[in-house]
Amino acid sequence: MSSNTAAMSGAEILVKCLQAENVDTIFGYPGGSVLHIYDELFKQDKIHHVLVRHEQAAVHAADAYSRSSQRVGVALVTSGPGLTNAVTGIATAYYDSIPLVVISGQVPTFYIGQDAFQECDAVGITRPCVKHNFLVKDVKDLAQTVKKAFHIARSGRPGPVLIDIPKDVTAHKTEFHYPDTINIRSYNPVHKGHQGQIKKAAHLLLEAKRPMIYSGGGVILSDAAEQLTKLTRYLGFPITNTLMGLGAYPATDQQFMGMPGMHGTYEANMAMQHCDVLLAVGARFDDRVIGNPEDFATHPRKIIHIDIDPSSISKRVKVDVPIVGNVPDVLDDLIKQLEAIGGKPDAAVAQWWETIAGWRARESLKYRTSPEKIMPQAVVEKLWEVTNGDAFVTSDVGQHQMFAAQYYKFDKPRRWINSGGLGTMGVGLPYAMGVRYANPGATVACVTGEASIQMCIQELSTFKQYSVPVKIINLNNGYLGMVRQWQEMFYDNRYSHSYMSSLPDFMKLAEAYGHVGMRIERPEDVGPALELAFSDKHKNDLVFMDFIIDPTANVFPMVSAGKGLTDMVLADDHL
Amino acid sequence: MRHIISILLENESGALSRVAGLFSARGYNIQSLTVAPTEDPSLSRMTLVTFGNDDVVEQITKQLNKLVDVVKVIDLSEAPHVERELLMIKVRATGKDREEMKRLADIFRGHIIDVTDSAYVIELTGTSNKLDSFIAAIDPVLILETVRSGVSGIGRGDRMLKV
Repeated sequence: MSSNTAAMSGAEILVKCLQAENVDTIFGYPGGSVLHIYDELFKQDKIHHVLVRHEQAAVHAADAYSRSSQRVGVALVTSGPGLTNAVTGIATAYYDSIPLVVISGQVPTFYIGQDAFQECDAVGITRPCVKHNFLVKDVKDLAQTVKKAFHIARSGRPGPVLIDIPKDVTAHKTEFHYPDTINIRSYNPVHKGHQGQIKKAAHLLLEAKRPMIYSGGGVILSDAAEQLTKLTRYLGFPITNTLMGLGAYPATDQQFMGMPGMHGTYEANMAMQHCDVLLAVGARFDDRVIGNPEDFATHPRKIIHIDIDPSSISKRVKVDVPIVGNVPDVLDDLIKQLEAIGGKPDAAVAQWWETIAGWRARESLKYRTSPEKIMPQAVVEKLWEVTNGDAFVTSDVGQHQMFAAQYYKFDKPRRWINSGGLGTMGVGLPYAMGVRYANPGATVACVTGEASIQMCIQELSTFKQYSVPVKIINLNNGYLGMVRQWQEMFYDNRYSHSYMSSLPDFMKLAEAYGHVGMRIERPEDVGPALELAFSDKHKNDLVFMDFIIDPTANVFPMVSAGKGLTDMVLADDHL
Repeated sequence: MRHIISILLENESGALSRVAGLFSARGYNIQSLTVAPTEDPSLSRMTLVTFGNDDVVEQITKQLNKLVDVVKVIDLSEAPHVERELLMIKVRATGKDREEMKRLADIFRGHIIDVTDSAYVIELTGTSNKLDSFIAAIDPVLILETVRSGVSGIGRGDRMLKV
């Protein structure tokens, strides 16, 4: 219990609360409504504040700080435009269930509702994209509210929580007491799964002839990769990880089938569709993962679904054995049940592996090579080699994101940092910042494109100010690549506004910000450039690598939006 | 199918808009919504009438339960329950209509709660169907104004929605 009988200002209380939560880094941008808070930050040295160049980046950085660690990310912004700029970051975190606490300043309580300077209804604007939010009207409620915010953000299905604090509340004084525990009568997330259901699931798995394990972001968020790997190896079943779940099971392992979905591997999608028992773990049958749900339902299969959020179960696909609970707890129980039953998986599973081997022989990730042009897939493969498959990789949104997900084989959880649900371009660079703060000294690569990177390029300045040495792999094809790909495939090559004709010289731009810039135009230069960038020579530098890639490279396999999962266009058709 | 959802929620500013926002964001229907504090002033009770198939209503109750301010949710229409709605209707009451309105109010067990030389305000409580029937029984040209409370409901017998 932290208690102090001397009265403190709201600003001081807020900082003390953050310290009590062991927050070591916050990302923010000052402004009128948060000046009292910034003054308190100035007077202490336990919390490091990172001054970004745009509030959106502050929230993205806090988001990646959380994604790449097990901790709650914290961002601090001012009222009005500070908050509205933060909204994209908050929504991005919300759609991927990332635990964040975002603190926004607000005009003084006596100005609220009067259209004051830099006033906006922060609680109203963020309501649909937060797990919960608070407007603190009385300094006496502040400490308790911060405690609640951290509790709500990290427990159950995690998510961002906003605390909106009017300026006068940060000036008012009261006694500080930070509660050790908090009880919210209306909020009691479950932990343990229903034992009867878990037993049913165990039997179903042992009876399966064509089993498939499909795991998503929930396994990463709940730190259940260890249990998932143990279970998968125990059963000897094939496994696929969604875009949000990559790294939950080692991608270099024989049982790993690659990613499923719109740009999933042939074998993963075929197995998802044709399995007779599907074990879904911390995944939500997203439209990018299962394609058209009606087509998905045409193949009868029994589905076991483990998720902490009851509303994720039977939302898009009807399941047979729902298990609501915290994923690692449920997996532990499931393993115990299997061990107690002592049975072995059905002998028919061996035949299923033969079928899978046939699908794998299609080599769906094979891509066209060229002696003249740099292929983006080859850059990612080389990046994997140079970083020994052990880097933290952030990405933006588009073709480069899919290439990174497909060709960088993630063996560990929390290494692949991207915006899956909302699909926010611009996250890559601030994500790299957040990752590096949560993992000091780690190797961090940002795989991006020339369009995405420009959405938060101003952060190069922040990287310089704080000497954050990440490596940027810019897959530059001059196009909004994924838009161009859809226009090629579905709009008869009418490339409507997907080409950027006036790009900056990224090498010079990086240098202008005080970083190291490289431009790589030949396939044979890819390896040496990456090796140099990740060498000790540039250990302390941000290196911006501008790879001029083949603009016609497309992402395959591809399931068109609204189509069935097995209705794939393969690279073969385009080689 | 019509469902009556009863919700106990924290009596805090913004709680109502969280529920209303959820319905608009996810495209669920609201036919009526009524809310007021309970005997425990820290809690409000809301009755919400919605339409949807079983899957949709299952999602609605799950999504409502997910809201941090929501303490408890039940689908009243799943089991025996009593529902009531209040109607106040201002009707023209002159000449022969004056007596006719009084008779009609009596037949439906309504009460005249305000009288002027040209109009009555009639109060009527009952199921939504009963209120609909009453309104349908009145010549539309005589209806000056109506206001309805929306449905409130409560489970029969031992069925309770309490903390």
